[in-house]
Formats: sequence, C-alpha cells, structure tokens
Amino acid sequence: MTTLPAKSQKKLGLVIDLDICVGCHACVIACKGWNTENYGAPLSDQDPYGADPSGTFLNRVHSYEIQPDQGDAQLVHFPKSCLHCEDAPCVTVCPTGASYKRDKDGIVLVNEDHCIGCGLCAWSCPYGARELDLAAGVMKKCTLCVDRIYNENLPQEDQIPACVRTCPAGARHFGDLGDATSDVSQLVADRGGVDLMPEMGTKPVNKYLPPRPKDQTTTAPSPALDQPHTTPQGFMAWLDRALDQLPGGAK
Amino acid sequence: MHPAPSVIVFTTLSGLGFGLLAFLGLGLPAVTGWVAFVFYGLAFGLAVGGLVASTFHLGQPKRAWRAFSQWRSSWLSCEGCAAVAALSVMGIFAIGAVFFRSHWQVLGALGAALSLATVFTTSMIYTQLKTVPRWHAPLTPALFLSYCATGGALLAGQITVAQILLPLAALIQLFSWLQGDQAFASSGTTLATATRLGGNGHVRAFEPPHTGSNYLLREFVFVVGRKHALKLRVIGFALAFVLPFALIVVPVDSTVLKHLFAGLAVLVHAAGVVTTRWLFFAEAEHVVGLYYGKR
Repeated sequence: MTTLPAKSQKKLGLVIDLDICVGCHACVIACKGWNTENYGAPLSDQDPYGADPSGTFLNRVHSYEIQPDQGDAQLVHFPKSCLHCEDAPCVTVCPTGASYKRDKDGIVLVNEDHCIGCGLCAWSCPYGARELDLAAGVMKKCTLCVDRIYNENLPQEDQIPACVRTCPAGARHFGDLGDATSDVSQLVADRGGVDLMPEMGTKPVNKYLPPRPKDQTTTAPSPALDQPHTTPQGFMAWLDRALDQLPGGAK
Repeated sequence: MHPAPSVIVFTTLSGLGFGLLAFLGLGLPAVTGWVAFVFYGLAFGLAVGGLVASTFHLGQPKRAWRAFSQWRSSWLSCEGCAAVAALSVMGIFAIGAVFFRSHWQVLGALGAALSLATVFTTSMIYTQLKTVPRWHAPLTPALFLSYCATGGALLAGQITVAQILLPLAALIQLFSWLQGDQAFASSGTTLATATRLGGNGHVRAFEPPHTGSNYLLREFVFVVGRKHALKLRVIGFALAFVLPFALIVVPVDSTVLKHLFAGLAVLVHAAGVVTTRWLFFAEAEHVVGLYYGKR
C-alpha cells in the first residue's frame, strides 16, 4: 500500500548551497548521464537534434535575480530535483503502489514495472520533480542515485549521487539529514537551511542554504580608477616622444 | 493544466452516465423491458465509454488493472474500485429491470449511491491537489456532483427535478469560478516561498533551465486559450444551464415536440459540460509554474 512509512530515522538527502552554485549545469548532465545508463528506463529525448528538442531530466538548474531595495541585483543559480519529502504527496496519490518511500532511508522511488504513467504523482508535486518519460511511458524521478550510494563495486569517493560527485564548486552536499550530528545537518544549522514551499506541508528532506547578502563596498573606489593616466611618464613618456619624432607622428 | 481530450471526454461522459445510472437506480423513471434496455444501454455506454477514454492518457494502459490495488490511500484507485462496484451493482439491477420486469429496490438504491460515490471520487482526484489552488476547494466535489445530477436528470427525463438542479448547478459553477479566480493569490504560494529567496529583495525568474520546452511546461503551464476564457465561460454557461432550462420549461402541447426539446436539452447541456470542463483544466494553475516565472 502506498502510504508513507511511519518514520524513517535515516533521511538521506541533499543540501544545496545557493551561495556557491555557479550555474554550470554539470550536475544536470552528470544526472542525465548516470540515470540514462543505469537504474530503470533511460531518460529519453524527443527531437534532440531538431527544431524543438526536449527531454526528461531529473535535475534542472533555474536562475533567479534578487533585486534588493538598494544596491545591485544578485543572480542566484537554483538547482532543483526531488526533495524526498517526509510527507510526500506523490506517494499517497499513486493508484498502483508504484510510487513509494523507503522506510530504511527515506528515498522516494518509482517501481517502473508497476507504473501506469497516469501522471497524478507529477500533478501532486509542487516542485516539478517528476517527469513522465515520453518514450518509456513511466514516471521518472531522482533516485538519489540509489544505485551508486550503496554500490560497493564503486570506489568509496564515488558512492555519492552523481550530481554531488560532479559539482566542481562544492555547492551540493549529500548525507543523512535525520542525524543531527551529521555534516549536512550541521551545515543546515549553521547556515539557516530552508525548505521550499513550506506551506505545502510536504516537509522536504533536501534543504537549501540561502545566499548571503553580497559584500557592499564601503570606501570610494581608488581615485586612480576614476582618472586613468592620459599623460605617460618615465619610459613610456620617452617612447611617446620618440615615436612622435618619426615621420607620420603626432605634431 | 493541460486540458487533455481523454480526461475531458472521461469526466464528461462518465459524469453523465453515472448521473443517469443514479436516477435509474432510484426508479426515476421505473422503466422495464425494451425501454429499460435502451436507458441502461445509454447509461452504461456513457459511463464505460468515459472510463475507457480515461485509459488513453496513461503511459502504460496495459497495466491499468494495477490501479485497483491502492484503494485505501489513493483517490484515483478508489475511483476505479467505485466505478467497477457501481457498474456491477447497476448491471444486476438492469438485468432485473430488462429481463424480469422487476425492480430490486435495495440493489437500485445501493447502485445509485455507488454511482454518485464514483463521481465524488473523481472530483476528489482534483480536489486533493494542494498544488492546484483552484481545485483545492470544497466547491470542486460540489461542482462535479451537481453536474452529474443535472445531466442525469436531463437524460432520465426528470423535468421537474432538472428544473431545480439546473439553477443549483449553475450557481455552484458561478461560485466556483468566482472563488477559483482568487484561489492562487490567496493560497499564499509565490515565487518568494517557492525559492525562499524573498528575504533580500524582489525575486524574478531570470533564466529557465533549458531553452526548449519540457514535460512540466506542457503539462502544468498551459496558457493557450486563457485570452478567450471569459467568452468560453459565457458560451459554456449558456449551453450547460440557460438553454437546457429554457428548452424544458417552454410550454408545448405536442408530446413529440416535448420529447424533441428534452432530447435537444440533453445535447446542448452535454456541449456545455464539455466547454466548462475544458475550462476547468485550462484555467487551473499549477504552482510549479512559479519556478518558471509563469504565474
């Protein structure tokens, strides 16, 4: 039955640092690559080389602009994937039991052999974390790379989600958010990590670290920057005079 | 939301079909024999036709039987089970009416209740979604049930009942539109709560994740036809309620003309239901559109 598990003491999830993300989309590509070659149906593309390409992605990076009342606007790159909610509405709406949350570690998964592709779980998700694959006709979502994190055939450093492994800036962190002493939990506590759309009551496991306000320059810029040299000095002055002496030089 | 033809056909036809079944189950009209055969044929045709249409929007229709398994937690699964139960009970009741010229009243009442329960579960599939504030309201089940009862009354030729139900359903539809138009704003979900970036200033969607479209935009950020929404509301309202009401209250002496008008009222009403049902989907705004700066 697709009710939610009573309580999973382990809550595996991601912490995304919006201060660090540079918007390179490497996590998007790493995710697409790993999840096309491994768990479940591949993430298909439609018309990939044509005029109107589109495809299934489990992770997408948005960009937002924050305009404060005073000062410069701030650009924030915003990666978004399944938040593995504690009260995941996508699990309880599923008519077949294909959509489920594991009591062992809280990961929300889709049993693709039971999914009828009705799309109701995607309708119930406020975050747009689920996409129906048009080629396979089944629902795709972030698996938190369940086939990497427990895969002992991989080197230790690769036993983390592909997006976290590939992030060149270190903006993504993976760990147990149910354990208050874990690195990710402490990071969330230190930086005031937040839930997306808390009013939806989904209790997301993934947390976002809000960007800190930009530094404001308190001192005036150096006068040198305001008035660049127009009259050369020293060697450059000599060179200037010497070149002027030549035919065609300034009079 | 994307107004998928399969879902509009499904909710329209099965709503009318289960509405007619509910009236037949209550013995309104208490038909038997060949007349009953025609009535039940129509009712089952509409209800089953709608249910079959609903499978067309599935990615894997051959696995649809699995949808009966989660009736304890999922409204969609509940609907499947309620539909089968309603059709089974009414099927037995229909056999009694057609072949044995008898009305097993308890069975009929149960079938009528199950038929209405099926439409209620359909409406709850939409009502349960917090992500679509326009649907997440008690008026949504009231809307579906009033449409179902009105269509059923017209199909069953219950003119007196229809004269009460038509204005009632019209009122619920009007309130539903009025409330629905405010729903997204009053839900409190904005780009600021979606991104939690509102603390430092005004947030604006700067760049989407991809230059092309995607499943989310196609399914949840349907905007075509919004500009004609008001006109379609007027057309839908006139077809669904005003014209059928006029057609059934106009005094005519000839029985043939009376039946003709009643038949016409059913067709006009059905066209109105399709129009308003299209709007039900096309006008519904999913909160995920916020992330794309589309709300």
